Amino acid sequence: MVKFPGTNCDEDVFHAARSVGLEPEVVWYKYFRPSSWDAIIIPGGFSYGDWLRAGAIAARTSAADSLYEARDSGAPIMGICNGFQILVEAGLLPGALLPNVGGRFVCRWVKLYVERPRGPWLKVLGDGDRLDMPVAHGEGRYYIDNESYYATVVKSPVLRYADGWNPNGSIYNIAGVATEDGAILGLMPHPERAYTDLLAPRGFTPGGKILFKSLADSLRKGW
Amino acid sequence: MLHRIEVVVKNKHGVRDPEGETIHRHLILRKGYSEVKSVRVGKYIAMDVEAETREQAIDKVRELCERLRLYNPIVHDVEVRVYG
Repeated sequence: MVKFPGTNCDEDVFHAARSVGLEPEVVWYKYFRPSSWDAIIIPGGFSYGDWLRAGAIAARTSAADSLYEARDSGAPIMGICNGFQILVEAGLLPGALLPNVGGRFVCRWVKLYVERPRGPWLKVLGDGDRLDMPVAHGEGRYYIDNESYYATVVKSPVLRYADGWNPNGSIYNIAGVATEDGAILGLMPHPERAYTDLLAPRGFTPGGKILFKSLADSLRKGW
Repeated sequence: MLHRIEVVVKNKHGVRDPEGETIHRHLILRKGYSEVKSVRVGKYIAMDVEAETREQAIDKVRELCERLRLYNPIVHDVEVRVYG
């Protein structure tokens, strides 16, 4: 896990990853070398105080530059919330994340479903499977122009907010996108805050653990 | 010589700007300024740039806007201009 100044979900992700038998470590961005790791997670938070745009400054660090090498080697990369913002700002995933259409920070549980699940983070899921997780963000409105949408997103794994659960005005109800092979995944909801029953409020089931399980399984057996 | 260069970043047409829409609808139009047809909120960045000519200063700032992605070309338009 790469920690930037302002990253604050790293401990939660650490626990979620440990809960499925993975051996995570939090690495300060200045010391991050992708070749030392089997998989990379960029946790949420407010890197560089969200100044300029959420994720924009972290996306220009040498740690972010080294993610291109990781991509070329096929390593699994997941960006959660601010990590997703960093991945789109770095151009590793398509589209952009804008301030919520309601103008406010939103922090609540939402219902999601997955399309075309594949790759290390999603391979154990089935097409259309539903997942519950909480969101907590001010800049989570996914935007992509139609041309890029039909060229990339519709061929790739994608997470969508279920009807009526879009908290931020994201286009096509998009909550998360991935590269075509699913190796790089970015999502606004927080799987680490939904990795065990204790964390899920009434009416929701913890939908985050499956992503970590999928990774653990993929690192053992491939994907 | 120091040149004051201004960078203005705005959402593109077609990309909604909730802050601008709210200021327009709930403040400006509500108070009767119906001649105002649209409002867009953006980000303003002022830089003092050492360069021989204004044009060189502008070129330098344009270059850094692109290279460091001071604006996000997917959703923003950028304007680089000399102060005054």
